[in-house]
Amino acid sequence: MPVTIPKNKYSGAVREVTIGATKAEGGTRTTTVTVGGESTLPFLFHEGAMPHPPRIAVEIADRWPADWSPLLREAWGDAVDDPVAWAKAAEASGADLILLRLTGPVQRGDGSKPTAAEARKVVRAVLGATGLPLMVFGPGIADLDNELLVAVAEEAAGERLVLGVCEDKNYRTIVAAAMAHGHLVDSRTPMDVNLAKQLIILTRDVGLPMDRILMDPSTGALGYGIEYGYSVMERLRLAALNGDSMTQQPMLVTPGEEGWKLKESKVGEGVPASWGNWNERAVTWEVLTSSTLLQSGADIVVLRHPDSITEIKSVIQRLMAPAHNGHS
Amino acid sequence: MALSGLEIYKLLPKTNCKDCGFPTCLAFAMKLAQKQVELAACPHVSEAAQAALSDAAAPPIRLITLSSNGNKLEVGNETVLYRHEKTFFHQPGIFVRVSDDLPLDEIKARTAEVDGYVVDYVGMPLSYDGLAIAYASGNPEQFGDAVKAVCDTTHKLLILIADDPAALKAGLAAADGRTPLLCAANAENWRRVALAAKNAKAPLVVRVDDSDPSTSSEQRLDGLAKLTEDIAKFGVDDLVLDPGVRGFNESLATITHIRRLALKENFRALGYPVITFPGEGATSQLDEVTLAGQQIAKYAGFVVLDHFTEASAYALLVLRANIYTDPQKPIQVEPGVYPINNPGPDSPLMVTTNFSITYFSVANEVESSGLPGWLLVADAEGMSVLTAWAAGKFDAERIAKAVKESGASGKISHKQVILPGHVAVLMGELEEELPGWEIKVGPREAVDLPAFLKM
Ligand code: B12
Ligand code: SF4
Repeated sequence: MPVTIPKNKYSGAVREVTIGATKAEGGTRTTTVTVGGESTLPFLFHEGAMPHPPRIAVEIADRWPADWSPLLREAWGDAVDDPVAWAKAAEASGADLILLRLTGPVQRGDGSKPTAAEARKVVRAVLGATGLPLMVFGPGIADLDNELLVAVAEEAAGERLVLGVCEDKNYRTIVAAAMAHGHLVDSRTPMDVNLAKQLIILTRDVGLPMDRILMDPSTGALGYGIEYGYSVMERLRLAALNGDSMTQQPMLVTPGEEGWKLKESKVGEGVPASWGNWNERAVTWEVLTSSTLLQSGADIVVLRHPDSITEIKSVIQRLMAPAHNGHS
Repeated sequence: MALSGLEIYKLLPKTNCKDCGFPTCLAFAMKLAQKQVELAACPHVSEAAQAALSDAAAPPIRLITLSSNGNKLEVGNETVLYRHEKTFFHQPGIFVRVSDDLPLDEIKARTAEVDGYVVDYVGMPLSYDGLAIAYASGNPEQFGDAVKAVCDTTHKLLILIADDPAALKAGLAAADGRTPLLCAANAENWRRVALAAKNAKAPLVVRVDDSDPSTSSEQRLDGLAKLTEDIAKFGVDDLVLDPGVRGFNESLATITHIRRLALKENFRALGYPVITFPGEGATSQLDEVTLAGQQIAKYAGFVVLDHFTEASAYALLVLRANIYTDPQKPIQVEPGVYPINNPGPDSPLMVTTNFSITYFSVANEVESSGLPGWLLVADAEGMSVLTAWAAGKFDAERIAKAVKESGASGKISHKQVILPGHVAVLMGELEEELPGWEIKVGPREAVDLPAFLKM
């Protein structure tokens, strides 16, 4: 019996979403990034197109977060004490986008938090330091996020930033700010297909156009729930391809954040010998979490370590470019 | 063609004797139709029915078994494309390759490294499955010596990688008593290699080589299917596929085609597990791990690595465990009171949930702190602290119930309980549920528990 390679027929496709605006488009970015548009499961080019490769966002912060692994400080050096230098280093490391994290009491460890004026200032500075599209995430406390992101949205009007994270408890304020000033949002829900759809619907109902919404189904790190995120993403992507309009958003995941908060990545001493070399383990953890989520449909992976960025970038290139003879 | 449950039922004895382990013939028929049991489980089918059923009963991806000194690895027999549809059943075997042209000491040293490696993940000891010995010396006798060196060092499973039947024979002789995977038969050598596999009753890798750059995926899989049909006719049924592709994209696409052909089209000639060699498609050791990870998630049955490090083994083994976890049931521990470091009546009482990952992150921290304590595991239906809290499975009422009914209070002389920092909000309610108790809020992350306990 001769082989006919099976092709799934899909009726839907993922929406295209463009992040960042150039001068001509009302912003100041020198490049923009478009993600989405898939009409196939990841990298299966025989049955559909993947017009845009998955992209790498590199996470930097307004100041060095006290709860980050010392390995990250070692990797970036003194740049981490200055968001401008850090943004430049991130761009040089191969970032397609920059994610600026505004730190709050938890990340800072000293109970302090930034004011809206400080948030405006650091966003301005980072926009000046790099021409890449920018995403800005708050500290993760609903009230504080609202306060800071509203100010940031106004300060960077027209830049097509991604504001995040937008959750069911605070989406109204952030979505309104995005609408008013020409930005996008990262719509995050806790690993559930229906919740993901619901928040997209709510966001659309407020009036934000669908090409300004990224879907963030939450990420579990390798060993800490990756399988839940992986399967929810597979289900969301299958639903999108099968025509369910409210799941057809490009997906953003945060393997850097999840991977680097684990003991595996944070602690070098007093751990089992079988865990192996600390730096190798931490980078492998981030890389393997990311590469696995690329298989389940991630369009943007947010990373933290320069070595992970290099590896994932190269992996994406090869996944996007099948060689003729089957060798890489 | 696959038969429906009802069609199968008509062919069964319909006596409901339960010898198959199912309450009725119909229940058994349904399971057969879903390819979740083997026909052999019913001892009473007639021969005629057997013939009619054998096609429907055979799993779409053949189960392949390797064995060695009581160790066993079963691969294949998968039924779904996506783990959320049911679950993935048989984890891919992970092997490390050593070449027979290395000095025997070095072969032994590398084998010992793999053999001795075990890492604990949520209470499960994880390790690699075995060694793959590659024939590079050109001398069958040397290959046999290398296999013997490996066998002298480990009880783990073996893959013998050699195109030359003479080398395979020498390897098989040295691997006495084990059932290794033989690798590989190709279009040129298959008759002689298949004979060796048949005599040894060993499973065999079937490989299409990748010499012609213009070969399309169809042609490649056609070639592979034709070879497996020939070899099956020759009498070797336990086959493993090597479609010859190595790079990230080609490997993903080709293995996916094979899985879909087997499951969706019931394409018998490709209904076997796949073997991969990520090191041959990789540019560095990290790259090899990344490609191996892709292949673990996307349908490989055997993964042969060229490098071994502890950190990469830990990561890959955890990935394999995660992908092959049954999505319907989170890995859980029994609710109850767990003593850590020989606690006494005045040792602290901490409460957590019965999600394995949660329990072990906390238990490991307390254990390594050296401080005694009682860990009270509440029944939170296998969910993490915050998930369970959000789902209403870890509230004040449930925690109070656990404190009262677990027997914890009988073990301690004080009335203090420490809550996970993430659910500090429960403090007030819990004080009401547990009158006379002092509720303390611990740190959010388990890593900070030792410092907290020392205060
Ligand atoms: C994986 C996951 C799931 C999985 C479940 C996994 C499981 N078996 O529990 C699934 C997908 C099923 C799920 C479902 C839901 N989830 Co959920 N989920 C997660 C996720 C991604 C990881 C949780 C995890 O496994 N953590 C790892 C374990 C080890 O952490 P842990 O149990 O907290 O333990 C740590 C500490 O608490 C501490 N600790 C533990 N015990 C103790 C004891 C003491 C004494 C001390 C001091 C410390 C301590 O030590 C551990 C290590 O540091 C988190 C988000 C995230 N990234 O954290 C959301 C999250 C927990 N989920 C959330 C929600 C809302 C839900 C749902 C209710 C959504 C819904 N409506 O469907 C459902 C509820 C389940 C249901 N109804 O069936 C929210 C909770 C929001 C909140 N703050 O209340 C979170 C935080 C996501 C979010 N940001 O919104 N979820
Ligand atoms: S063993 Fe056979 S005859 Fe007996 S109940 Fe099962 S299917 Fe029916």
